[in-house]
Amino acid sequence: MDIGTVSITILTVIFGAIGVTLFGIIIGLLYKGIDRKIAAHMQGRVGPPIRQPFLDVIKLFVKENIVPDNAIPWVFHLAPIIGLIASITILLYLPIGGFPAVLDGIITSKGDLILLLYLLIIPSLALVTGGFSSGSPYAIVGAQREMATMIAYEFPLAIIIVTIAWRLSLMQNVSHVFTLSTITSIPLWNILGPLGFIGMILLLLTLIIVTPAELSKIPFDAPEAETEIAGGLLVEYSGRNLAMFYLTDAVKTVAMGSIIIALFFPYNLSPILSMNGYPAYIIDFLFYLLKLFLVILFSVTLIRVGVARLKIDQIVYTYWVPLTLLALIGLICIMWDQTIMTQFGIPSVVEILGLT
Amino acid sequence: MNKTITYQIPIGPIHPALKEPVMFEFEIEGEKIKDVDVHLGQVHRGIEWAGMRRNSIQILYLAERICGICSYSHPAAFTLAVERIAGIEVPERAEYLRVIQAELERICSHILWAGVAAHEIGFDSVLFLTWQIREKALDLTEYLTGNRVTKAIMMIGGVRRDITEDMLPTIRKSLDFLKENFEKLRKVFLDDKTVQMRTKNCGILTKEDALKLCAVGPTTRASGVKKDARLDQPYFAYNELDFDYVTPDVLTGEVNGDVYDRIIVRLLEVKQSIDLIEQCLDRMPSGEILAEPKIQKLLIQLKKAEGEAIGIIEAPRGEDIHFVKLVGEEHPHSWKVRAPTYNNILPWIPMLKGEQIADIPIVAASTDPCMSCTNRVAIVKNGHRDILLAEDLHRLSVEKTRRLMK
Repeated sequence: MDIGTVSITILTVIFGAIGVTLFGIIIGLLYKGIDRKIAAHMQGRVGPPIRQPFLDVIKLFVKENIVPDNAIPWVFHLAPIIGLIASITILLYLPIGGFPAVLDGIITSKGDLILLLYLLIIPSLALVTGGFSSGSPYAIVGAQREMATMIAYEFPLAIIIVTIAWRLSLMQNVSHVFTLSTITSIPLWNILGPLGFIGMILLLLTLIIVTPAELSKIPFDAPEAETEIAGGLLVEYSGRNLAMFYLTDAVKTVAMGSIIIALFFPYNLSPILSMNGYPAYIIDFLFYLLKLFLVILFSVTLIRVGVARLKIDQIVYTYWVPLTLLALIGLICIMWDQTIMTQFGIPSVVEILGLT
Repeated sequence: MNKTITYQIPIGPIHPALKEPVMFEFEIEGEKIKDVDVHLGQVHRGIEWAGMRRNSIQILYLAERICGICSYSHPAAFTLAVERIAGIEVPERAEYLRVIQAELERICSHILWAGVAAHEIGFDSVLFLTWQIREKALDLTEYLTGNRVTKAIMMIGGVRRDITEDMLPTIRKSLDFLKENFEKLRKVFLDDKTVQMRTKNCGILTKEDALKLCAVGPTTRASGVKKDARLDQPYFAYNELDFDYVTPDVLTGEVNGDVYDRIIVRLLEVKQSIDLIEQCLDRMPSGEILAEPKIQKLLIQLKKAEGEAIGIIEAPRGEDIHFVKLVGEEHPHSWKVRAPTYNNILPWIPMLKGEQIADIPIVAASTDPCMSCTNRVAIVKNGHRDILLAEDLHRLSVEKTRRLMK
């Protein structure tokens, strides 16, 4: 590598990172507004204007930033920054809107997805540290609950990712099964037989139910539970710090949505419409936004208006027993799919439907 | 590791779970509640003191302000007491109209409670559903009384507004709407899985505890105690109407005394209230609605009255008692209110012990507490507050009784 390519790479990463950050924040806030509007309409309310989250953030940034007397100031201030940075970093590893990930081929390794699993934990951990350091009993209860929730949903999430990577590893000519570029280039739906198809649907369902917990939304918002512990983790946060947690949440919503899209719906419109060049980029990007909207609608909005908040023991039970079982059944379906397909000569679902 | 550490969490006086100021001090171990203490006295407003400086008719409007939701029950209980003292005979039609108002208030109150309960367990969609239904009930209230919340319909010796023949279709239409939507509400509350997960076997009040701690209203009926002032000491026209105690076993065949049972009781009472209003509309005789339409004449009559009496009303939250003593002066010599929430405070302790932190809001809300009704006494001496023990209270009440008997 000569200096020219290196500097171009560095420039791509810098501009890409800035672009992705802006994209994550703006789209995250926009979708937050849409989510609130749709939820309001479903509940028979008018709801806030869609730009409300932007106004909220602006307002929070100019408000006073209060640090409680018995907080540990440096941890208290550091936690929101770490949370925001970590959630933006997740986006750098994800293909967005038909473009490859910003860090694709630069700092990516053989284990993108595993790294993502860890990166997803960091914003939650930042919340927990922030909660513990704020020295309020409500925040401490919230932090304990957040940790329990994290432990609970990590297991089904890991099963999903391992299953997909394992199925890819069975294929010939495929290396680096944990990298996102591999996963997005070979959508599993295209190669699985009927049983595996059912397995994939089960895994998708599990991931959709893991998402609200990842994002602390009803029914899994026990760590923040407004009526119980007055906002829990965030109870002592105000002003700039609260705005940063708010942004973290918005960006994380985009990141979780993008992960679901990358794992389950990596399709683009441009090859079907046989377009290329700039129109292809535009159409793919718009299609991606549509996919993101649908994913957020189903995994966040619909769930949160339809159910009541669960207690922490019920959350842990939900993830460890029914959802883990669901994910394991999905795994077994996909595992047996290969054998059944070869033994009985069943074609893949895509071939049955004649979509190849 | 067997050693566990407990820590304290204060809930209140101001907390999102509580709609009015009350203070809980919890001793928590992990997520479990080990011990709980309730501190009252944050919203004392001196209403009785103000009442004792006004005449009986002015007190009616003051009594409405004791509680925004029971704004009919309080003046009604006061009226009952005063009518007993002055020996005022209320026209029969007015008695029926009073029942209609009381039951309409019960519908509004219970549906409002259902919304609050749903909000406490994070089910905001149901909150907004109940608010939409309650809106119709409030519209009906406004149609009948001219006001939505503080109704100003009660008058000593009758009611202030009649229901005329041409109003009946609108009333029946509203009642039909309520009946239809009641079914929707019942389905959401009683069949939803997450609501059941949060409310079943949570905040249990046994029948023994309910009897021992003198719980009242839906709280005690949910524990299987058949106690209802409308049936036990009938007032207004209740003795002529057909209804029965609402206990959860009517629907489920068993009594658990948990939050779920309290939801059942309140929902069934909404249905019962709609039915009672319809009965009243059918059976209401024609006639006068006021014993004495001229206020000045009534005031003179009340000024001459002497004696003491108790008015008992089954408010939406339970038995509401007003004690009034008139001594032939313009203003009453004594006026004492005992709101239903007062009795339902102690049952909180057996309900909350052993539950989780997450259960606090829904269990606290399940008795439908009304702090403004309850706070009748605050003792502040030289700037610092005192806590009075049982002996002190006994001594003080003996002193006060002696003073009153003089």
